[in-house]
Amino acid sequence: MLELRGITKQFPGVLANDDVDLKVSEGELVALLGENGAGKSTLMNILYGLYTADKGEILVDGEPLVLGSPAESIAAGIGMVHQHFMLVPVFTVAENVILGVEPVGTGGWINRRRAAQSVREISEQYGLEVDPNALIEDLPVGLQQRVEIIKVLFREARFLVLDEPTAVLTPQEVDELIAIINSLKEAGKGIIFISHKLKEALEIADRIVVMRAGKTVGEVVPADTSENELAALMVGRPVELVVRKDKAQPKEPVLVVEDLVVQDDRSAVAVKGLSMKVHAGEIVGIAGVQGNGQSELVEAITGLRTPLAGQVILSGEDVTLDSPREIHRRQVAHVPEDRQRSGLVLSFTVTENMILDSYYDPPFSKGVVMDWDEARKQAVELVEQYDVRTPSVDVDLSTLSGGNQQKVIAAREFNRDVKLVIASQPTRGIDVGSIEYIHSRIVEERDNGAAVLIVSSELDEVMALSDRLLVMFDGRIVGEFDPKQTTNAEIGLFMLGSGGDQPDAGGESGERVGVSE
Amino acid sequence: MGVMTAVTVPAGAVKVRLTAEEKRARILGGVYFALALFVLWAFALGVDSNLDATFKLSLPRDRVKDVEWAVNTRLVGYIVAAILAFLGGVQLTRGFAKRGNLVLGIGLLLFVLSFLAWAAAGTSFSLVGMLTSTVLLSVPVTLGGLTGVMCERVAVINIGIEGQLLSAAFVGTIVGSAFGQWTGLIAATLTGALLGAVLAVLAIKYQVDQIIAGVFINIFALGLTSFLATRVLGPNPDLNSPDRFTVIEIPLLKDIPVLGNLFFKHNLFVYATFLLVVALQVGLYYTRWGLRSRSVGEHPKAADTVGINVFRTRYLNVILGGMIAGFGGAFLTLGSTGRFEENMTAGVGFIGLAAMIFGRWNPSGVLGAALVFGFARSLQQKLGILGTPIPSEFLAMAPYIVTIIVVAGLVGRARPPAADGQPYVKQ
Repeated sequence: MLELRGITKQFPGVLANDDVDLKVSEGELVALLGENGAGKSTLMNILYGLYTADKGEILVDGEPLVLGSPAESIAAGIGMVHQHFMLVPVFTVAENVILGVEPVGTGGWINRRRAAQSVREISEQYGLEVDPNALIEDLPVGLQQRVEIIKVLFREARFLVLDEPTAVLTPQEVDELIAIINSLKEAGKGIIFISHKLKEALEIADRIVVMRAGKTVGEVVPADTSENELAALMVGRPVELVVRKDKAQPKEPVLVVEDLVVQDDRSAVAVKGLSMKVHAGEIVGIAGVQGNGQSELVEAITGLRTPLAGQVILSGEDVTLDSPREIHRRQVAHVPEDRQRSGLVLSFTVTENMILDSYYDPPFSKGVVMDWDEARKQAVELVEQYDVRTPSVDVDLSTLSGGNQQKVIAAREFNRDVKLVIASQPTRGIDVGSIEYIHSRIVEERDNGAAVLIVSSELDEVMALSDRLLVMFDGRIVGEFDPKQTTNAEIGLFMLGSGGDQPDAGGESGERVGVSE
Repeated sequence: MGVMTAVTVPAGAVKVRLTAEEKRARILGGVYFALALFVLWAFALGVDSNLDATFKLSLPRDRVKDVEWAVNTRLVGYIVAAILAFLGGVQLTRGFAKRGNLVLGIGLLLFVLSFLAWAAAGTSFSLVGMLTSTVLLSVPVTLGGLTGVMCERVAVINIGIEGQLLSAAFVGTIVGSAFGQWTGLIAATLTGALLGAVLAVLAIKYQVDQIIAGVFINIFALGLTSFLATRVLGPNPDLNSPDRFTVIEIPLLKDIPVLGNLFFKHNLFVYATFLLVVALQVGLYYTRWGLRSRSVGEHPKAADTVGINVFRTRYLNVILGGMIAGFGGAFLTLGSTGRFEENMTAGVGFIGLAAMIFGRWNPSGVLGAALVFGFARSLQQKLGILGTPIPSEFLAMAPYIVTIIVVAGLVGRARPPAADGQPYVKQ
């Protein structure tokens, strides 16, 4: 029995955990549900000893745990599979598994054979197949996650924390993970499963604990609750879970991509002769497991990366070699996948970020001098219009929540006559309330006649938003679907690249309407 | 890098640009042809057809004396030019795929051979002498590079190697003069450790920009040693004349032709350097210490989550790295010249850093790179004696030009430890 009692943790300006209690028994799966920023991760980091709690205690089988040291938590049988994997990419699977508890001979000599052997034993016992000698950087995310789990089991953990384990997986990989989780439960491991996905929690949990703003606000059994009830608990008000939109009215093609070949940062070919069209008045979604060339495709279209071959045509004009600014000026709005790295300057104020794309034009710039009054006026207006929650337009962007940062990008990019919207991972890491808002803005842009291209690894999101759904695998479009006439399972097969081999998979529900390649 | 990715461009698609590999392959092909033409023009047609170059393969004090190798300069030029042209042709048509760097290395070696045959045309040249001094000159560069490896493998950038070498050389000579060479050696090593500790505290505890911290160490060391050298060593020359470490000849092995002179007639420092390279190479890849150190340099948070003390690992390695630099500094005074001179390192620490990059953060690679630099510098010195028509200023540039060519051209993009230069912040 693992027990957290009265955990309280104060960060500057935020009470991240406020007197939180949580219990897990052997063989039990507790889902910890909550929005980003609700305090789930803080709580788990305290459990694992990465943070120190201000108040409260943790008991393992009634014995209090020394807080604030991962080594102590590991020794007490607590293991954690982090959301961002804690694996060294240039090490092998076995090296990552043994790191910190190496089987050594005299003089610290590592016994590689024994390490590989241990990995194999654990693999067999729990159905976690993986090659101990493979390099982590060569493994797909799903396998990397297995390595994380093996790592935890190698340390003989009795209680496992899985932090948003499904966020990076395809539907098939999720099924495999659930099978693994079940075998862990059978072996008597207690599991804390952190998630913000309601469906999942309902499916696999024995108990669901909901957190909001640092507190536990509810504890339910899946049989007695519903998605809507859980969502309301999480957000604190009733939430619209489906995207409301009318039928699309596609018009002329705005974006035409022909035989595009793009290299990634390591000069490997990431986009392999891809062709597609996006019409005015429609939302085209690209689904796919991360790392199948989506990022490179978007960067090539927006001018951030020079393609090796092929063409990008915007409203009939070849823009393949145009600079990002030229493309931007052709009324293209871009919501980049990593907002903190490429969409915003976090150490700039809200005002500065709002005019990042137009500072060089009047009225913000008069010759070489900036007109900050104009800029501020614009920012105040946009903050109002796009419901950005900020104390003022003069605070640094880093002080805003993820959802509000994303609203700043949306405000900046959508605040003009836009012909094409390209949004990558538009709702990654933002709260349910903001997701609702961003989605409605995107649909609004479509209804105003813009062509919209959405790239997301969240299958549910592209399914809900798109009028037309493309699946990208290994640098190519491998399938095109009408989201209303397909299932997650079918798309999942295509995302793994096995859809093409089984064209009839899920044939009744899904209809392939011609592959554009 | 060097991996040729097959780029299939679909029919009808407009090819927009060359891949980096294609560009590099073409430039490289051009370089081979240019070298071939140059060899033909300068080293073959530029000399009388009957001139021979004599390479001496033994030293006067050797048991087997007067081993020599005489070749016709023009003939060597012809052969080398032909081989280079052939390599260029293959490079442009087929490419060498993964063996590209090896082939380039061989090509450059042939070029150097032809160059030596030209420089020594009509006279004799002590090849063994040059190679032996190559080994000696590579010692401080290797030790500097190993210091860099120790630090950067745990993600601390050490620009201050130069200053560590210089300070240790200074302390080594004073303490060595006053209390004997062994005490001097220990003092020098401790000096390196102390400066390593300074860097570690600045970089790890106070998270000062690591480049600035390193530059600070260099300026501090240069200023203080120069000042003390004029004020203290100047009036007291007996404080700047330590006993040097003597040459220990290894029985039997020293009599092997060529190799005996190269590797088995040196002092403690040279042997220790080679041993250190082996020990660190093995240590990094086969021991717990190495695995943990590398994990701290690649992904410190991952290391932290499995209970490895990131800070302690960094302190330990940076201080040990400082000790290696201290040992290298001791070599400069106690193992080599026997006296301290102002700014006597003259960039050796920085060349050591370049050797670290060229050697891809591996001890054995550092040694290989250091030997290349040592070779270039040794060549420069010997050619000065031979009196070639090349201006001495150009010869003096040689080691640095080699550095640039090697780092930019041969190595391409090497991958440093992922967290290199980033302080670790624990929440």
